[in-house]
Amino acid sequence: MTSRTKGNLVTVLTWVLVLVFFFPVFWMFLNGFKPESDASSVTPKLFFSPTLDGFRAAFDRGMQGYLINSLTASITATVIAVLLAIPAAYALSIRRVKNVEGALSFFISTRFMPLAAVVLPLFMILKTLGLLDNINVLAVIYAGVNLPVTVWMMRSFFLEVPFEIVEACRVDGAGLFREIVRIVLPLVLPGVAAAALICFIFSWNEYFLATLLTSSAARTTPPFLGSFVDGRGQFLAVLSAASTIAALPVIVAGWVAQKQLVRGLSMGAIK
Amino acid sequence: MSVTDVDTVEAKTATDVRRVKKGEFRSARGLLAPAVIFLILLTQIPFLVTIGFSMIKWNLLYPKDRGFTGVDNYVTALSSGALWPSIVATVLITAFSVIMSLLFGLLFALLLDRQFPGRAVARTLMITPFLVMPAAAALIWKYSMFDTNIGILNWVSRSLHLPVVSWSTEHPLLAVVIVLTWQFTPFMMLILLAGLQGQDKGILEAAQVDGAGTWRTFTWITLPHLRMYVEIGVLLGAVIIIQVFDPVAILTKGTGGTKTLAYLLYERAFIGLDVGEAAAYGVVTVVLTIIVATVALRTLFKVFMAGGSR
Repeated sequence: MTSRTKGNLVTVLTWVLVLVFFFPVFWMFLNGFKPESDASSVTPKLFFSPTLDGFRAAFDRGMQGYLINSLTASITATVIAVLLAIPAAYALSIRRVKNVEGALSFFISTRFMPLAAVVLPLFMILKTLGLLDNINVLAVIYAGVNLPVTVWMMRSFFLEVPFEIVEACRVDGAGLFREIVRIVLPLVLPGVAAAALICFIFSWNEYFLATLLTSSAARTTPPFLGSFVDGRGQFLAVLSAASTIAALPVIVAGWVAQKQLVRGLSMGAIK
Repeated sequence: MSVTDVDTVEAKTATDVRRVKKGEFRSARGLLAPAVIFLILLTQIPFLVTIGFSMIKWNLLYPKDRGFTGVDNYVTALSSGALWPSIVATVLITAFSVIMSLLFGLLFALLLDRQFPGRAVARTLMITPFLVMPAAAALIWKYSMFDTNIGILNWVSRSLHLPVVSWSTEHPLLAVVIVLTWQFTPFMMLILLAGLQGQDKGILEAAQVDGAGTWRTFTWITLPHLRMYVEIGVLLGAVIIIQVFDPVAILTKGTGGTKTLAYLLYERAFIGLDVGEAAAYGVVTVVLTIIVATVALRTLFKVFMAGGSR
């Protein structure tokens, strides 16, 4: 076998494997456009007359309310986390805090702490204060959950700012605020964006806290999808349509920001 | 300029530097404070409260019957027979999912590291499972892949005249691991692919020139180079998967050896309404995670600090 045919074979194998892995997503997408009888057919149907009934049914179930809640929680959480993380990451990279390692391990240890360990008191406290089922409260908690990772990621981007630039700006007598906002931030904007994206994705997809801390008014999309488990009768088309809508924003964002995603997921360890 | 002058100047500069440093440290601490305080309020304090809860008798079904019980909840938790299977479930699910997604991730990283038509598209399709909302992923797998009647897997089985399998009830652990592996393979692939692309091409060419075959180049050069990336992937993957809840809640509801610690706590607290006992499970979960995380942290620091200090 020539190395050329061998190469072609590997390419074919690659594509086959990729398509197998992608298949469930493709199938979810396709099922969303099928009439319910075709979606739930025992023999998979590749050809059908597409309909928007599934999507319509998802919105009839009140999906847009859950989407708005998810959007509110994710955006608010991201804004809070980013605003708190910028000064912290700055302190841990460009200014040097005493005991950087101590501070960094503190941050990351809170991320390693299982949510299960803190959810019970949070539930009780929020219940006592009458703050359960409140989307802003959920957002604040999401911000806390994602803050450590956001700080770590941003720090790795801040470390790449040439120190000479910061020094020059200090010599010019720029204050701390100016130094951060006018000099450093523009240089690390892609990093801040990547951290924000990761924070948004994690908040958007979060299921455990949303299930426990919200019930109706503040319910987000993941527990709404989870409620399909108890569905009766035929519902695969609706479920697929709803899942497609729920997954789409993050999928598109992830596709667009593939490069930043790698660094984000590895908390900046990989450039 | 005399020698003493130089000394004074140097001494003066030194104190100046020290003063600047001190001020810098103070403002740096101020910059750090909001994030730290926020985290203490949201995580450390609730955890202390969890420890407190774990030492009181408190079942929401009997609100009057409350009081300090010391280690009773822990005794109940340890002797109930639910804890150990739960630890086993958590460890098995985490270990299998991490190992499988690592192997598949490595395979895909190697395949996608080559030049071939449509490579960018293939890569984009490949990362998608990681981006799909986990709740949606679990549901799609449960119904359109695993289902006995309408699931694709069983359609394949039927077409091949193999027995039909009810995945989420007959092989619940496997079903959860399959879904997690599917979701985390892209995660591992992205990290390992970055590692492969960060390889020194010169060394690889030199190895080829020296007559090392593909396999030897891979085991002697590529694998050692990938070690750091494998470590990062495994550690971060394990830390996320050890808390696994979504696929368990949706696919199996904790049946058939899939009751992870997170699910057990959820069940005790929010279905059994036993706050005290659930809190004890919470504390046990943290202790276990700390053991994993200490090992993880040590390695992470080795990796992160290598290039990180200024």
